Amino acid sequence: MRHPILALMLGGLSSAALAQAPELTVYTYSSFASEWGPGPKIEAAFEAQCHCDLKFVSLDDGVAILNRLRLEGRHSPADLVVGMDDAMLADARATGLFSPHGADLSALSLPGGWQDDTFVPFDYGYFAFVYDSSKLKNPPKSLKELVERPDLTILYQDPRTSTPGQGLLLWVKQVYGDQAAAAWQQLAKKTITVTKGWSEAYGMFLEGQADLVLSYTSSPAYHRLAENKQQYRAALFAEGHLPQIEVAARLKSAPHPELAQQFLQFMVSDQVQTLIPTGNWMYPVTQVALPEHFEQNELPAKTLSLSETQIQQGRKAWIQEWRQAVSR
Amino acid sequence: MPRRYWWLPGGITAGLLLAVGLGPLIALLSQAPLAATPLWQDPYLRQVVIFSLGQAALSTGLSLLLALPVSRALHRRRFAGRSLLLKLFGLSQVLPVIIALFGLVAVHGHGGWLARLLSSLGLSLPQYLYGLSGIVLAHLFFNVPLAARWWLQSLERLPANQWRLAEQLGLASWSLFHHLEWPALRAQLPALAGLIFMLCFTSFATVMALGGGPGATTLEVAIYQALRYDFDLQAAGQLALWQLLLSGLILLLHHRWPSEPPQLKVSDHYRRQDGARLGARLHDGASLALVALLYLPPLLAILLSGLRPELWRALASPRLWHSTGQSLLIGTLAASLALGLTLLLLISSRHLRLRLGRRHWAQGLESLGNLILVLPSAVLSTGLFILLMPFTDVFGLGLYLVVLINALASLPYTLRTLQPAMEAVAHRYDRLADSLGLAGLARLTRLEWPLLRPALGRAFALAMILSLGDLGAIALFGSGELQTLPWLLYQQLGSYRLNEAAATALLLLALCLALLGILERGIGGKDADCR
Repeated sequence: MRHPILALMLGGLSSAALAQAPELTVYTYSSFASEWGPGPKIEAAFEAQCHCDLKFVSLDDGVAILNRLRLEGRHSPADLVVGMDDAMLADARATGLFSPHGADLSALSLPGGWQDDTFVPFDYGYFAFVYDSSKLKNPPKSLKELVERPDLTILYQDPRTSTPGQGLLLWVKQVYGDQAAAAWQQLAKKTITVTKGWSEAYGMFLEGQADLVLSYTSSPAYHRLAENKQQYRAALFAEGHLPQIEVAARLKSAPHPELAQQFLQFMVSDQVQTLIPTGNWMYPVTQVALPEHFEQNELPAKTLSLSETQIQQGRKAWIQEWRQAVSR
Repeated sequence: MPRRYWWLPGGITAGLLLAVGLGPLIALLSQAPLAATPLWQDPYLRQVVIFSLGQAALSTGLSLLLALPVSRALHRRRFAGRSLLLKLFGLSQVLPVIIALFGLVAVHGHGGWLARLLSSLGLSLPQYLYGLSGIVLAHLFFNVPLAARWWLQSLERLPANQWRLAEQLGLASWSLFHHLEWPALRAQLPALAGLIFMLCFTSFATVMALGGGPGATTLEVAIYQALRYDFDLQAAGQLALWQLLLSGLILLLHHRWPSEPPQLKVSDHYRRQDGARLGARLHDGASLALVALLYLPPLLAILLSGLRPELWRALASPRLWHSTGQSLLIGTLAASLALGLTLLLLISSRHLRLRLGRRHWAQGLESLGNLILVLPSAVLSTGLFILLMPFTDVFGLGLYLVVLINALASLPYTLRTLQPAMEAVAHRYDRLADSLGLAGLARLTRLEWPLLRPALGRAFALAMILSLGDLGAIALFGSGELQTLPWLLYQQLGSYRLNEAAATALLLLALCLALLGILERGIGGKDADCR
């Protein structure tokens, strides 16, 4: 440009315009925000309609999101969180940090239905151990077999930071009840390591560090669809599987409450829901069509469930039980 | 500055340090009243304390056990590469812990060098890198070289005539050891054991990276987990107070059990003649081979990983460069802060000591800079966190808090580097400067700056290396945006992305070696003892 001053002024103007676009801060877990997760596509789609700058802040995993919010309290810079799950609702509610979603959820078609004025579900799945069928020829057929068989090695996530880890905590509790501590001790012997988040554990599993990794029944679809690899399978357990519903919510202290509400509504729109199966490798919460490879996923014959009150009353004690059992 | 305000810089700094020390301490006490019973009733916490002490004791014992024959062998032998080995041993004290951990994972981890070597022989390597065995292995890696170097120096200080006498008497190897070497080594034992125990007891990065779950958790890591995993302020506060109590106790024991002060260095290196016997050869060969196998492959792995072609792809990662920028920013700020605090303290303490003749007061003032030795950084960080939480978003202040903790952590070292230099300047030139009427700014630019520049550079580099290697403060205050090279490396190791980890480790190593170059040049070829 021949007029450098003009160029500077124009540059200044455009950056001023950018600076005026509000920045919507969303706390989520790392695999959601990563380049191969659904985060970037959701960000682009939402920014196209909101005239704002959507910023994902990625934390270790779902439970870590709530820990972070509790450490920040009402000073949190976040508007929204994406990636806590149904097992954390009671604890999350008790913090008093969240504000009603104000979104229209009539399009939801979750298996068990959904009634909640604060948390917006955006996907669901079933916890399961995933294995490589070309390496592990006789996978365990039940949680009991996994716990008892001495020849297996596993990777799972810390229940204090990660929602799958917390899911396993509830799963073991429901299957074993008072015997959970003994089961954890047996599991500890075959545990390669307990990771902070899902990404680390799954990454280590793919490197061949263990026979099985705690993930979801829908995880093998990723390998079929994205990598054209057929050998990964979810081990279906006779005791049944625990479902997980992942939720989003906005904070009372959100700097941009209207935009945050708009985003919550966006999370259950067809636009986002069609991204869920092949982005987050989970099931959508509305009736959007599933991709072909996804239909091949096996579904657990039986599902387990714990009530919000059960979890609220037991969680802390169960964490301590786990912590002590595996540290012996 | 008029001379009657001599107390101002030191006074302000002292007040600041006391506030930074006492504030968090009060916050901790208010959060977790000092009650011993709950700890011993909670089996998990009891287990953590026992593990912390146990792994430190085991690491210390094994380190000393291995270092003993190594130091004797190094004293007895002259071989090609001996001085290089000693130089590399020195590296173990300045190398950021997390880099060394990368090397250990690359050698001992699943799919690492050792596993591949064994599998080519048809054998499989048992998993030992995670948990107690891995932690002890890493601690051996750091502390065997430290102890061997330290003990080698005490052996070299033995007067030559004692060796001659012993040889004339024809003492056997065992008697030599019993009458000559062991007394010298034993004199250093309490100090050395205390230092290594303390290093292992407060080791954070190693336990974070190789702990592998709650089975192997030390107090420092448990504090971090209580705060960041469980949001249990009370538990975090209580753990921090226990850490404070135990490390205070260790320090106290350390002081109550004094070592003989190191004698003046004897310059005539006597070549002892007892190395020709078969027993001595076996002893020296075996111990040197063992330490070389322990220490060299991980170092080599760090360097060799830099030659792999995947490195270039990993180097293109924007996250890596973002972390590098933040590391440099934090390192520069922390080193500047440490240097500033040191100078302010020393200006006043120098005046106290030299002009007013109050040696004890001066010493007291300077000892405030050693705050971090009494109040470990994990304790300080936790206290700061609890103190600030009600008022602000702590993560928003993360950068400044990391800078503060890092600066305080390097204060003892910068003080030790600058104190003699500053005193020497005043000692030599005070009268001359006074008679010339050189004061204030002129004195600063004409006299102090040119003379202190080498020491300042050394102190700055030292503080920056320490900050560049920090994992404890960044673990507590770090967040998505606030990420340093050690934290990135820790995450990459945690998810076993070794190619990316290699690039990060190499970059961090290059930065540290560059700073170390400045450090060594400043010292002028002598060993850079940085711990």
